[in-house]
Amino acid sequence: MRRRTGFWAALAAPGTLWIVALFAVPFYAVAAVAFGYTDPVFNSPVPEWDPRYWDLTAFGEILDRSLTGDLRPVFLRTFLYVLLALAVCLLVGYPVAYYLARHAGRRRGLLLALILAPWWVNYITRMLAWLNLLQDDGYVNDLLLLTRLVDEPVRWLSGNPVTVVLALVYGYIPFFIVPLFSALDRIDERLLEAARDLGCSGRRAFWHVTLPLSRPGLMTAGAITALPMFGDYYTNSLVSGSPTTTMIANQIEFYLLGGTRKELGASLVLLLSALLMVLMAYYLVSSRRAEEAGA
Amino acid sequence: MRRRPLVLATVTWAYVVWSLVPVLIAIQFSFNDGKSRSTWQGFSFQWYAGNPNSVAGDPSLRLALVNSLVLATLTTLIATPLGVAMALGLARWKGRTSRAANGLMLLPLATPEIVMGSALYLVFTNLYLFVPLGMPAQVLGHVTFSVSYVVVIVRSRLVSIGTDYEEAARDLGCGRLTALRLIVLPLLAPAVFAGAMIVFASSMDDFVISAFLSPDASSATVPIKLYSAVRNAPSPALNALATLLLVGSAVALVLAWLVLRRRTGSKALEQLASL
Repeated sequence: MRRRTGFWAALAAPGTLWIVALFAVPFYAVAAVAFGYTDPVFNSPVPEWDPRYWDLTAFGEILDRSLTGDLRPVFLRTFLYVLLALAVCLLVGYPVAYYLARHAGRRRGLLLALILAPWWVNYITRMLAWLNLLQDDGYVNDLLLLTRLVDEPVRWLSGNPVTVVLALVYGYIPFFIVPLFSALDRIDERLLEAARDLGCSGRRAFWHVTLPLSRPGLMTAGAITALPMFGDYYTNSLVSGSPTTTMIANQIEFYLLGGTRKELGASLVLLLSALLMVLMAYYLVSSRRAEEAGA
Repeated sequence: MRRRPLVLATVTWAYVVWSLVPVLIAIQFSFNDGKSRSTWQGFSFQWYAGNPNSVAGDPSLRLALVNSLVLATLTTLIATPLGVAMALGLARWKGRTSRAANGLMLLPLATPEIVMGSALYLVFTNLYLFVPLGMPAQVLGHVTFSVSYVVVIVRSRLVSIGTDYEEAARDLGCGRLTALRLIVLPLLAPAVFAGAMIVFASSMDDFVISAFLSPDASSATVPIKLYSAVRNAPSPALNALATLLLVGSAVALVLAWLVLRRRTGSKALEQLASL
């Protein structure tokens, strides 16, 4: 009996060890760098691997700057952009997922394939596509000038927050639609028929049956979309590149890859991870609650 | 009975147009017979080959394409067997350690790329100093986020196969390894292949992990090259490079879809979607 277990454990071992060595240990390395000290001679950060000697100076500096200092607006801006982008995802994504799940009929397969397609087009390529369109003399401005919606070309690509939010939406909305679609698709049609039979109008049936039943799907969609948005720096630097639209991840990239103060970058990674873990925990707890309420 | 939902249909098709047309226009401009990325000047292949600044002509663009292909191939070759073995092991091995390994395996899927990229960057520059940044570190990083995909795909197929065939083979006198080799692996083959293709495509598409582990231009992949060149030196050659990347990952995914469809019918799309 023991040998039997041993065989399967041996099969799982290489992959498990790989993930320990290249996922768990790297996380520890982030903490070691964040809580390390600065070499007084070379003025470079030295990681501290022994938790007994961890130095909280750098992390304290980051926390201080995030709560009251120059990083505070960066955090607030990140939250604002992500919330706005999620709101647009909801406004656009819900009708699309709903139509796909309920009304697409014969075109369902085709439509699903079309909606999945952007998922597999490289993210940077999709941004590149918009960079072409949004140039001062690009198609978007051509169209706006032609329809006389504006009098002169809109400068989309130099620090325009609207562009950043819409680019985030464009980048991540497939992540929003797909889980929502599968949640809506699972809703038992008979429940809706029952609501109709009991005299509900279509609209009331939607508000009292479909919407509450799609809540878990909506929360999954929101979590799956928000997570990468919080960690996104490339969208921002591609479509804006201006310090006026900087997000948290831009600061992480700056400190880790740009400068010498890697301990600040590592501290920011820890802070961002902590924030996201709180969000994930909230999501897990409330989706479990929703599941229990449904059962 | 049902009213035709005109508003919903309009929103949906408008969304599809909005999500795909920019990419199609970008592909179109890779064939532009001129330097502009906003004015059509006629059809040509000059940005693919011929022009000294084309993908074939510019050594840095060519290098990016080669790097991407090599990286994706190595990642697939390592992550697929690792993930298949792990999926088999985790499905049959019961116990506390197994549950822990299971949870750990799912974590990379829920970690934002920047967190994983930063962590890998810091571990290679501070602890695993024997792994140089560049291609070696990039391969290790890509395998790390890919293994979990393979495990998830293969395991769902394992569950649907069940253990009956394997037990029958064992009753007929097969050893455990022989049963695995003769019965389970052939049944798993489509899932393994689909997993490998998805790993290939996601490795080709990855930007963040590659970028954090790329110390200089010599290890730039296609997404890194696009990212760094698009603001400084935009040209239709970048559109051509992006188009080639798209073709590469599209081929891998269509292959995965075809194989999955043969086995599971029309549910294949939903299955790909659930990843």
